[in-house]
Amino acid sequence: MSTFLLILITGIGLGALYFLVASGLSLIYGLMGVLNFAHGSFLTIGAFTGLWISTKVFPNPTTWTFIAAMIAGGIVAGLFALLMEQLVINRLYNRHIDQALVTVGVALVVTALLAGWFGSDARLFPTPLWFMKAVTIGNAIIPIDRFIYIGVAAILLTAMLSILKFTRIGLIIRAGVENRSMVSALGINVRLAFSTVFFIGGFAAGVGGVLISVFSYGVSPLMGGSWLIYGFIVVVVGGMGSVTGSAIAAMLIGITNQFANYYLTGLGDFVVVIILAAVLLTKPSGLLGKVSN
Amino acid sequence: MSSLEVKDLHVTINGSHILQGVNFFVPENKVTALLGRNGVGKSTTLKAIMGLNPGTGSIKFGGTEIIEVTTHKIVQMGLGYVPEDREIFSSLTVKENLSLAERDEKPDYDLVYSLFPELLTRTGQRAGTLSGGQQQMVAIARALLNQNKILVIDEPTKGLAPKLVTEVANALAHVADHSTMLIVEQNLALVKAIAQNIIVMDQGKVVFEGGPENLQNESFVKSMLGVSGGHK
Repeated sequence: MSTFLLILITGIGLGALYFLVASGLSLIYGLMGVLNFAHGSFLTIGAFTGLWISTKVFPNPTTWTFIAAMIAGGIVAGLFALLMEQLVINRLYNRHIDQALVTVGVALVVTALLAGWFGSDARLFPTPLWFMKAVTIGNAIIPIDRFIYIGVAAILLTAMLSILKFTRIGLIIRAGVENRSMVSALGINVRLAFSTVFFIGGFAAGVGGVLISVFSYGVSPLMGGSWLIYGFIVVVVGGMGSVTGSAIAAMLIGITNQFANYYLTGLGDFVVVIILAAVLLTKPSGLLGKVSN
Repeated sequence: MSSLEVKDLHVTINGSHILQGVNFFVPENKVTALLGRNGVGKSTTLKAIMGLNPGTGSIKFGGTEIIEVTTHKIVQMGLGYVPEDREIFSSLTVKENLSLAERDEKPDYDLVYSLFPELLTRTGQRAGTLSGGQQQMVAIARALLNQNKILVIDEPTKGLAPKLVTEVANALAHVADHSTMLIVEQNLALVKAIAQNIIVMDQGKVVFEGGPENLQNESFVKSMLGVSGGHK
């Protein structure tokens, strides 16, 4: 029972990280039809920003410095996403192949720049000491960092859903995911919604980057690429354009991955691919998918 | 000024030359109906006016060239649009659909709910669960909330039950009294009731302009509309 609980909570924690990567990716594709291969770069930039804050600005890690690192990572990644949208994507709307190529290019450039600057080796992310502790639930000893991932993802999920539900820009985004040309035909500059979604997506990925650095025991220029693959899987399974779909799919993938890794000895990735194939064959639009036309 | 002047409008979609030099004029404070068989380019013309289909030529709204203006700016200039097939946001509620369309400081909900009282009882309902007629009411209501200089309406009674056709037609007749309107409509009874001008299109061009009386008298017009007998 203790093993089951440990795997379950670790799976939920992993799912929380997948959600942070996938939510922005999903909204960006759902609203704008942009297949953003540079999304992993947002994550990496967030992680390196957090690392810089935690080593150069506040070299003695505390809870507050870690929170500052997360927020700074999110903001810098969000601003980078916004800049990319304004300078590159803005000129390529409805040119999907060009968008894919240019975002691949941005991802390669960011990886190369960071590798040139910081080197390719992973660097340890300093965290407060209590991150290393564990809590006992029943007979299970659960590392405390899992709860941090879950808590942060829950806060961001709530914030995203609140923005989407209760603000005008959220209303425009929800309508735009369904039919962006009709949003324009109501006199609304849908490009403002595009920029907002890029910032939100970049912010979530940046925060995710800082947490992934803790989960993976290091920050590396290559981390974005590997996590992006899982991000895409979550988006496809959850459905393009749906934040809630991404959350559900992220949990499904994270938990299944962990259980399969334990009970099927390392077959977690294989089982995740089976889930992806099953969803593509039976419900290609994903669990809660909706894509703008 | 709320007139609309279209000159030598060409639109090509996926290699097909759909509009081949369309010319017409929509006078101020009058209702102009754009007629023709299916596939002659009526909806494409309206979309080109709204900036939804890129075209070449000239479209002047109140004397201002809008052919290369983006859709949201065209609407902000005062062209309200009711698209073919409604295009309401099905996952949003009726209230959200309407509030999304608000542009004026004081949107005219009184007018909307007086024309379509049924919407008032369904504000919290998801628009995707409404009947076709109710969805059309939402689509028209979105355009009527604001003080538009011209209403561009594409087949408002398409696919509606006869009772709902009457309801929508009454609403449009009410609005037509004090608006400039360009309407595509297959229901010739409605056209005769509200339009002062008719424009007939065929194969991507305007082939006839005149008054609604020509719908009954002009055999050429009848043939262009694919109607063998008179209209009731």
